[in-house]
Amino acid sequence: MATAPAKNDIAGAFKDAGFWALVALGLFLPLIGFRAVQDIHNELTLETRWPLLFAFVAIVAAGRLLHNLLIAPWRERRRVAARAAVGAPHWSARLGSVLAPLFIGFALAYPAIAVWLAGAGGAVKWIDNFGIQILIYVMLGFGLNIVVGLAGLLDLGYVAFYAVGAYSYALLAQTFGFSFFMLLPVAGILAAFWGMMLGFPVLRLRGDYLAIVTLAFGEIIRLVLINWVPVTNGYAGIASIPRPTFFGIPFNASDEGFAAVFGLPLSPIYRLVFLYYIILALALLNSFVTVRLRRLPVGRAWEALREDEIACRSLGINTTNTKLTAFAIGAGFGGFAGAFFAARQGFISPESFTFMESATILSIVVLGGMGSQIGVAIAAIAMIGGTEALRELDVLKEVFGNDFDPTQYRMLLFGFAMVLIMVVRPRGLIAAREASVHLAARKKISGALVREGRG
Amino acid sequence: MEVFVQQLINGITLGSIYGLIAIGYTMVFGIIGMVNFAHGDVFMVSAFIGLIAYLIVTAWLGIASAVGALLIVLIVAMALTSLVNWTIERIAYRPLRGSFRLAPLISAIGMSILLSNFVQVAQGPRNKSIPPLLQGEFVLMGRESYQVTLSHRQLLIWIVTAVLLVVFWYLVSRTALGRAQRACEQDQKMAALLGVDVDRTISITFVIGAALAAVAGTMYLMYYGVVNFSDGFTPGVKAFTAAVLGGIGSLPGAVVGGILIGLVETMWSAYFSIDYKDVAAFSILAITLIFLPQGLLGRPEVEKV
Repeated sequence: MATAPAKNDIAGAFKDAGFWALVALGLFLPLIGFRAVQDIHNELTLETRWPLLFAFVAIVAAGRLLHNLLIAPWRERRRVAARAAVGAPHWSARLGSVLAPLFIGFALAYPAIAVWLAGAGGAVKWIDNFGIQILIYVMLGFGLNIVVGLAGLLDLGYVAFYAVGAYSYALLAQTFGFSFFMLLPVAGILAAFWGMMLGFPVLRLRGDYLAIVTLAFGEIIRLVLINWVPVTNGYAGIASIPRPTFFGIPFNASDEGFAAVFGLPLSPIYRLVFLYYIILALALLNSFVTVRLRRLPVGRAWEALREDEIACRSLGINTTNTKLTAFAIGAGFGGFAGAFFAARQGFISPESFTFMESATILSIVVLGGMGSQIGVAIAAIAMIGGTEALRELDVLKEVFGNDFDPTQYRMLLFGFAMVLIMVVRPRGLIAAREASVHLAARKKISGALVREGRG
Repeated sequence: MEVFVQQLINGITLGSIYGLIAIGYTMVFGIIGMVNFAHGDVFMVSAFIGLIAYLIVTAWLGIASAVGALLIVLIVAMALTSLVNWTIERIAYRPLRGSFRLAPLISAIGMSILLSNFVQVAQGPRNKSIPPLLQGEFVLMGRESYQVTLSHRQLLIWIVTAVLLVVFWYLVSRTALGRAQRACEQDQKMAALLGVDVDRTISITFVIGAALAAVAGTMYLMYYGVVNFSDGFTPGVKAFTAAVLGGIGSLPGAVVGGILIGLVETMWSAYFSIDYKDVAAFSILAITLIFLPQGLLGRPEVEKV
């Protein structure tokens, strides 16, 4: 910040805090100080909320003061220290190799732990709302990570491929009655095909323009889903999509059902555990493929493309193929996630595939550190699991009143976190880069050292 | 014929609003080369500020004259929205200058999400509607069955847009501020060496963009009489389309592009399918960027290594 005062300038710090308090007053006066509400005649009237406005202004002033007196000098000291130790990776660089096996182990044991701690009935929520929900976003994050994190192509329409996968599975399963496991690859291939279709026209575009065009494509697909009623049933969506079966044994209460065949008491938990392991397997497969692809020429070409497209072309890398494979593979994984989503929900509608969904996935990739698998997993757990967990906290209800609904604040927090991470750590939580080619020893370098060319 | 003329009038009105928003995109892109993704939401916030100001002016202060009330609302909305955009630039974009390529855009996307959800939480998710203002209209032509009308509101939007364009065009092409802007556009480092305050110039660019978006927001509120927290996204993308179509970085281009997009949208709704009107706008965006990236009035971008 240009106006941050020098270290011991206390008066300046207060003056600066006072200035920002005034700015905050101006910013929050109309939208926090007042609230337009409908009265009984359905006309808008104004309510005032002076205490809330005062609280906001006070928080801004106090925060700014704290920043000026404590955080800014501390950051300055750190910057000096960092300059001395240039090139050394951040402590978080080593996190990946330690955490990855831990994460996989925990993910594998998670349903058992949930059942053990909460009992078969209580575990349903933990496996469904937390486990499966988070893993879907991990899967989507891994898929988008290929496009954004590795190839550096900012895709704001990723949800389109998620939608293609979901609708492919839903329509094919309902019309032809194929099973989930037969249609899973089909959904992936169709989504990958669409990834190439949309990738072709945007090959020449880069950076901001690419982002906006992919956004437009995502919106076009959603609008087509809404308006092409004979096929997609429009806003009403597609209901009663067939569920996956356990090698032909359905999860239901009939005599051929899973519980009856294996002589177990009837419970929804089997289906959820089964779904949990499907999505876990998909996510692990996705992660494994990505890690292996990074070692192949195509993966290296992606990363070269991300760093500098012109240098990349000059070295004879076929950027067309490189971009298209990134789009196609990323989209294919999105399609897998979509098919799984449709099979899990049993109902899909265009409402599930809005731009906000793309933004959520993108924020997970960005926060995790673009290109980092473990970072994406941590970000997904924090963002999706965090908001689900907020809902569980009864303490918050007592503080904010009974109609407190954390999902309302979810996107607010996402947006805030995206800005904050960009300002504080633009490379994301885990920002180390490992060189693809090395001389004597493998070593990781700080992401801040990697400079990008234009392109 | 009557339908066509009526759609022409409606299209130009809508296009004026898009054009005013598009100027914000085009100036910011021109000067720092980033798509200010949050600009559509700044427009939405300005409509909300306008709504609150309107309610204060009419219900609390009891100013009955519609023109007087609108003028106050317009000034308040322009001032506060400028402050909003100034703050956004200050906290979300300025620290990222010189950071990696996608950082400002991602920050802007975050800001866009933040703004729309902030308004949703602060003002509630329901549509806010106000009673229609300035109800009169001129009958231009037509038979008993179908009359072509130009409402006072539409005329006001045309006049305000035209006046503001002349003022701001003068500002950026004939004053020292405009020179500083064009200098920063070409080479920030060189401009700084020659004594141009780059930070200040960029801040002023954001303030001007926000002021024009606030005019668009107030006009939108007055024209449709309803506003919602999610109203920033689609007009934002369309205004960006307008900026690209007109040639990004070009002020007259933004207005021409805005009016073209407005016309395409209303004509498409009238003659083809109202359901697919947004698809038409988004398709124009994709087609323009792919085949005519420099737009109608822009200069082609030269790639330097």
